Amino acid sequence: MEKSTWTTKVGLAQMLKGGVIMDVVTVEQARIAEEAGAVAVMALERVPADIRAQGGVARMSDPELIAAIKAAVTIPVMAKARIGHFVEAQVIEVLGIDYIDESEVLTPADEEYHINKHKFTIPFVCGCRNLGEALRRLAEGAAMLRTKGEAGTGNVVEAVRHFRTVQGDIRRLQSMDEDELFTAAKNLQAPYELVKQVAASGRLPVVNFAAGGIATPADAALMMQLGVDGVFVGSGIFKSGNPMQRARAIVEATTHYRDAEIIARVSKGLGEAMVGINIDQIPAEQLMAKRGW
Amino acid sequence: MNVGILALQGDVREHSEILRRIGVRPVEVRLPKHLAAVDRLIIPGGESTAIGRLLTLYDLIAPLRARAGRDLAIWGTCAGAILLARTVLDMKQGGQPGLEVMDITVRRNAYGSQLDSFELPLNMPVLGDEPLPGVFIRAPQIESVGPTVRVLARLPSGAVVAAQQGRMMATTFHPELTSDDRVHRYFLEL
Repeated sequence: MEKSTWTTKVGLAQMLKGGVIMDVVTVEQARIAEEAGAVAVMALERVPADIRAQGGVARMSDPELIAAIKAAVTIPVMAKARIGHFVEAQVIEVLGIDYIDESEVLTPADEEYHINKHKFTIPFVCGCRNLGEALRRLAEGAAMLRTKGEAGTGNVVEAVRHFRTVQGDIRRLQSMDEDELFTAAKNLQAPYELVKQVAASGRLPVVNFAAGGIATPADAALMMQLGVDGVFVGSGIFKSGNPMQRARAIVEATTHYRDAEIIARVSKGLGEAMVGINIDQIPAEQLMAKRGW
Repeated sequence: MNVGILALQGDVREHSEILRRIGVRPVEVRLPKHLAAVDRLIIPGGESTAIGRLLTLYDLIAPLRARAGRDLAIWGTCAGAILLARTVLDMKQGGQPGLEVMDITVRRNAYGSQLDSFELPLNMPVLGDEPLPGVFIRAPQIESVGPTVRVLARLPSGAVVAAQQGRMMATTFHPELTSDDRVHRYFLEL
């Protein structure tokens, strides 16, 4: 019997497809998420909108909170470690949860090196803004990707930009002949073997979810129609007027993402969405998506 | 023959790709009108709580209960096996909806968290002597089977991982994550 193989690491992400992963900061929120049909929860101390508002250094959550959330639900539990903070990752791994997010939403611990994720038995999800970044994370051992978007804004524009960029990069590779792929790998700053694989298959080798700014059922369906495998919703649910109803509606819109009648029905009377932030009003040094490289 | 894959959530594409490789073009089933058009259905791997909730919301439980094993051959992988089971152990707090059509008792997350997910070659006699690659991800376990249920595969420990009751089949592992298409071919004959 072989445990924690590459197939099982990538495989759990494959089982989450077509689903919604929700940020939760309490046991009660985790229960609401499970009840609403989330496929997994991300256990956090503060949602990105609060991290953005309160400032300071954002770190791994208290292991006690992560353990309490794990005990409260039967669906997979994820938690975030700082970029490059391999000891936070070691701590999360021994808690026996299901996935680690090496996340730009927390303050990076290393400005040069990401975590060597091959050294862990727990699988990792990492953020990306373009294909080069995606393939560098895969080379380091990430088993799942998410396009970064801009967390804590309730503004889907960056999620769209990052996913369209990845897709555009893939389409350009597909149009190249074999000779051109060597230089493409150099320009993408990504391993040639992965570049060749993506050029041949026309898609990323692992599951890719959208994240960072999804606040409504229509936002979730937009990302699904663009071609992502599922969505992370962070501040969008528990910073809104009626979290349970909004969580359910986003789950239904993610499943029925091509059915505008269903999206219209579940979007009715949801109450207030989280207050959004326009990206150009955020000081450049506070943009989270720029963290990681 | 019209083969459907329940596409509420889960690894639908992996099942679809294997079926296409063996010359079957499946349809995605999300609503009762899609279900009415198929006579075989695969329930993929995914989260049984999420899929169960959507089955209830979109009125799929009653037609599935009425047809499963009769004019609808049905196969559940992992979460799908949980949804087929008459009895489910370790449900989420407050319980969770299922089809309760197959006479098996299934325990969710029977081996532990993701860190206990594993791969192991399986012996499945109905598919011949060649071992089958077994991929178990936060897998459930079939704890007991009724008198009309046939056990198709066990782990070396004796734990049941595949079972069949007439035109209904449950596997706690994921043949769709491998390149071995024998379980899919077996299902198409069910």
